[in-house]
Amino acid sequence: MTMRIIVCIKQVPETFEVEIDNETKRIKRDSVKGIINPYDMYAIEEGLRLKERFGGETIAISMGPPQAESALREAIAMGVDDAILLTDMKFAGSDTLATSYTLSCAIKKIGNFDIIICGKEAMDGSTGQVGPEIAENLKIPFITYVSQIINIENNQIECKRLLEDHYEILKSPLPVLITVVKEINEPRIPSLKGLLKSKKAEIKKWGAKDIGGDEERFGQDGSPTRVIDIWKHTVKKEGRKLSGSAEEMADEILKELKKQGIL
Amino acid sequence: MGIKILYEKCNLCRICIEKCPFGGIEEKEGKIVINENCRLCGICVKECPQNAILIVEKERKKDISKYKGIWFFAEQKKGKLLSVSFELLNACLKLKEKLGEEVSGVIIGGKNVEEMGRELIKRGAEKVYIVKDDSLEEFQEEPYIDILSQLIERYKPSILLASATMAGRSFIPSVAARIGTGLTADCTGIDIDNESKLLVQIRPTFGGNLMAKIVCRDHRPQMATIRPKIIEEAKIKDNPDGKLIIEEFSSFSVNKRVKIIKREMTKNVVDLQEAEIIVSGGRGLRDGKNFSMIWELAELLGGAVGASRAAVDAGWIGYPHQVGQTGKTVKPKVYIACGISGAIQHLAGMQTSDYIIAINKDPDAPIFKVANLGIVGDLFEIIPVLIKKLKNKV
Repeated sequence: MTMRIIVCIKQVPETFEVEIDNETKRIKRDSVKGIINPYDMYAIEEGLRLKERFGGETIAISMGPPQAESALREAIAMGVDDAILLTDMKFAGSDTLATSYTLSCAIKKIGNFDIIICGKEAMDGSTGQVGPEIAENLKIPFITYVSQIINIENNQIECKRLLEDHYEILKSPLPVLITVVKEINEPRIPSLKGLLKSKKAEIKKWGAKDIGGDEERFGQDGSPTRVIDIWKHTVKKEGRKLSGSAEEMADEILKELKKQGIL
Repeated sequence: MGIKILYEKCNLCRICIEKCPFGGIEEKEGKIVINENCRLCGICVKECPQNAILIVEKERKKDISKYKGIWFFAEQKKGKLLSVSFELLNACLKLKEKLGEEVSGVIIGGKNVEEMGRELIKRGAEKVYIVKDDSLEEFQEEPYIDILSQLIERYKPSILLASATMAGRSFIPSVAARIGTGLTADCTGIDIDNESKLLVQIRPTFGGNLMAKIVCRDHRPQMATIRPKIIEEAKIKDNPDGKLIIEEFSSFSVNKRVKIIKREMTKNVVDLQEAEIIVSGGRGLRDGKNFSMIWELAELLGGAVGASRAAVDAGWIGYPHQVGQTGKTVKPKVYIACGISGAIQHLAGMQTSDYIIAINKDPDAPIFKVANLGIVGDLFEIIPVLIKKLKNKV
C-alpha cells in the first residue's frame, strides 16, 4: 500500500519570554525567530517514517501569516514532498474552531488522504483543540496523544497512547487523524540535499478563495471566542535564598513543609 | 477583516505599534496599517488615545435566548468521581451566585453511576443527568462525544465546563466543533461579567507568559475546560435538594470506529496534575540511579515524582514525568525542584505552583527567580539529611 500523509504544522516563536525594551517601552520582537512548533516536529518525522515504511507522499500544511513559509521550507528540508501555506487576511483572528474549519477545507481540497498527523498541541496557545476539531469537521475518527504507531494493515491503524494512569492500544480504520507526543520519535536533522531542495521548492499559497468553504466561518467572523484582554503574567517574585549546612537547610525545608500543611 | 483605522482621527502617535504584543501594526507610507500578524485581541483599541481604532463585530445571528443553565461534565474513573468533578461543581455554584441559573452535572459511566450522581446532589448540584451503560464504564472519545453533544442539543445549557484532564481535552473539542460553539482550553480562572453576564474565561497563553481573558458572545453553550486544582471542591450542603435524571440513549456506540484492543494500568501511576506535592529532579542529579533519592523523598511526603526535560532526555526517567513545555503543566501545593536549573520551558510548566522550593548549587540558577524558598547547596548532602529526618519523625 502507499499512503497519502498530511501533516499539519504551525509556526511559533522560538521563545515566549515577553521582553520589554526599557528605553523604547516596546516589546522586543526582532530577535524572536519563528520555529516549527516542537510537537509538530514529531508529526513531520512520523509522517516521513510512514512514507519510508509504506511508500507514498507527505504533504505539510500550515495556516499563518506569509512569514510562516519558512516553517514549511524547514519541513521540506526534513523530507516532506509538498507544502501548502494557507494565508489570507480573511483568516486573521481565527480561534481554534475557525482554524480547524480552514484547515479542514484545505485538507478536503488536497483530498484522498489516509492519515492526518498533528502535534499534541502548539507551544504558543497550548490548546490542543485543533486536531480533534479537524477530525470532527471531516467526520473521521481520531486518536490523541499517540506515542507509537504499532502497525498499519488492511486499512487499519494500530496505535499506542498513554493517558494519566494507563496506556491503551487502539485500532482505527483509515483515514484517521492522530495527534502525537514527544515519545513517538526523534525528529531528524535536515540533510544537505534537503536544505538545497527546500531553498528552491515552491510553497503553494492558498487563500480563502482557493480552498472553498463558507467564508463566514473563516477568521474573526467564524470564531465564537474573543480575546477581550491580555496582560503580562507576573512571575512569582523571588523569595528567600538561603545557604548553610545540610542539617540547617533540611530543617528549613521541613519547617516550610509544615507551614504549607504537607507535614 | 474586522479591524479599522479611522484615519481622520489618527495622529500617528504610534502607541498602537508599541502596545501590540504580536507585531500586528506597522507604519507604511506615513499611514498606520494592520498586517497579517493581527489577532484582533483589541489591545490597540483600548490603548489608542484618539479612539481611532475600531473592531467591527458582525450582528448576532443565532437566537441564543433559549440557552439556560450552568452545566459541568463530571469525569469518573472506575465508578468514582475524580476530585476535579467536585471542583467543577464548586466553580458552577460560584457562577450561579452571579447568574442565578440552575447547576446541573452530567455523568457518563457504567458502574455506580446513581451513587456518584447522589454524591453531586449532596454537594449542591440541582440536577444530575446520568447516562449509564456497562460499555461506558471506561472513557472512549466517540460515544462520549455522541452522548454529550446530544444532551446539549436536548437541554440547551448556556455554560458547559469540563475538566482539563487528558480525557476532557481530547473529547470536548469535538463536542464544541459538532455543536459549532467556542471552547477555551485549560482555564485557570472563570467568572461572570457583571454587565454582559457572559462567562469570562482566563487562561495562560504564550508559554505561560501572557494571561488572556476570553469570552464567547454569540454562541452557546459557552464552553471551557478547567485546569484541576484551581478551586476547592464543593462541600457537603445542609439541605441538598437535587434531582437525578436518567437519560436514555440508543444512538451511541462504543468501539464504533476506534476500537480498544488493550488497556493496562501503568506500573507507577504518574498523576502529576492531581498531586499535592511534587518532587522533581533535573540534570543536577548527574545519573539516573540518583533518582532513587527523589523517589524516596516523594514517597515520604506522599507526593509524585517530576523531572526536567534534560533528565527525561538523558533516559533517567520516563516521559510521563516530564514537567514543562513539552511535558505537563502542574500546580501542586508544593513543588520541590532538585538540581533543576530552571530553563524557561521548565518554568512554564510549574511556575504557578502554590509554593516552590528549589535546591541548586548555582546561586544564579534561574529557578531561584520563581522559588519561594531557594536553597543554595549540594542536593547530595541536603536530600539524604532531609530523608533521614522525615524517617525519624514517623
